[in-house]
Amino acid sequence: MIHLLLPYAVAAALVGIGTYGVLARRNAVLVLIGIELMLGGAGLLLVTAGSVGGDRWQAGNVLTLFIITIAAAEVVLALAVIVAVFRRRDNIDISITSALPASAPAAAESGERR
Amino acid sequence: MTSLDLAFAGAGVVTLAAALLAVTTRHLVHSALWLVLSLGGLAGCYLVLGAELVALVQVLVYVGAVVVLVIFALMLTRAPIGPSPEHTTSRLHRALAALLGGGVTALLLAVLIPLAGREAVARAPVDSAAIAGDLFATWVWPFEALSLLLLLALIGAFSVARLAGGRAQGAP
Repeated sequence: MIHLLLPYAVAAALVGIGTYGVLARRNAVLVLIGIELMLGGAGLLLVTAGSVGGDRWQAGNVLTLFIITIAAAEVVLALAVIVAVFRRRDNIDISITSALPASAPAAAESGERR
Repeated sequence: MTSLDLAFAGAGVVTLAAALLAVTTRHLVHSALWLVLSLGGLAGCYLVLGAELVALVQVLVYVGAVVVLVIFALMLTRAPIGPSPEHTTSRLHRALAALLGGGVTALLLAVLIPLAGREAVARAPVDSAAIAGDLFATWVWPFEALSLLLLLALIGAFSVARLAGGRAQGAP
């Protein structure tokens, strides 16, 4: 016997913490950590729904396995892109990346680095 | 409060505290290590909810593979060992992010709390054999699509790495 309020509260808090991590960080790898936490919250919600019964095709467990797999694929691609960006401009600060096209001196500086 | 409630509360507190530290610490490597603890706590939550298979896969894939990849990426991008103040955001930025994160949590809780109900419910028995049977019967096409997705991710990661390397050598 278990009360469902606790799993739901933990899942909601995990998604909120993940959102904070995505928004408050400037290092791209740390943004990825926030995304992992959000996916963890989604998985916890699915497992909770599956463990109270009534899911016909074991959907809660199977979909959580799918989420874990998709997250692994996403992490591989995201880290490949991050390492590629780092090799090109020696920096994975996402706020600098978004500001590059607007300012000419920054673009010239990144051109020198290449 | 039942014993399962207490066990879940313990795992949940570990998960949330580690997650909070992972997104707030200034040490880059510590952040990845707190993520290990948070995902391990999440595996404990799955275990308390009765989903042993999902908990084991979580430990294998997340703690074993994803976090190792994250730590590799931190090393390849020359993460400093100590605190890294150059990557911190302003206080206002963090306050706004916390406001938005809290808002997301409040929104989700507003939807989920009415669903939870007041009385305790019985855990449905989770049968790994039944999961396997459904995975290869009902879910077989999504499963095959996922294997294709993993292959595409592999090829994509290779090509992204080669593309960036080739351009970097070819550029003046």
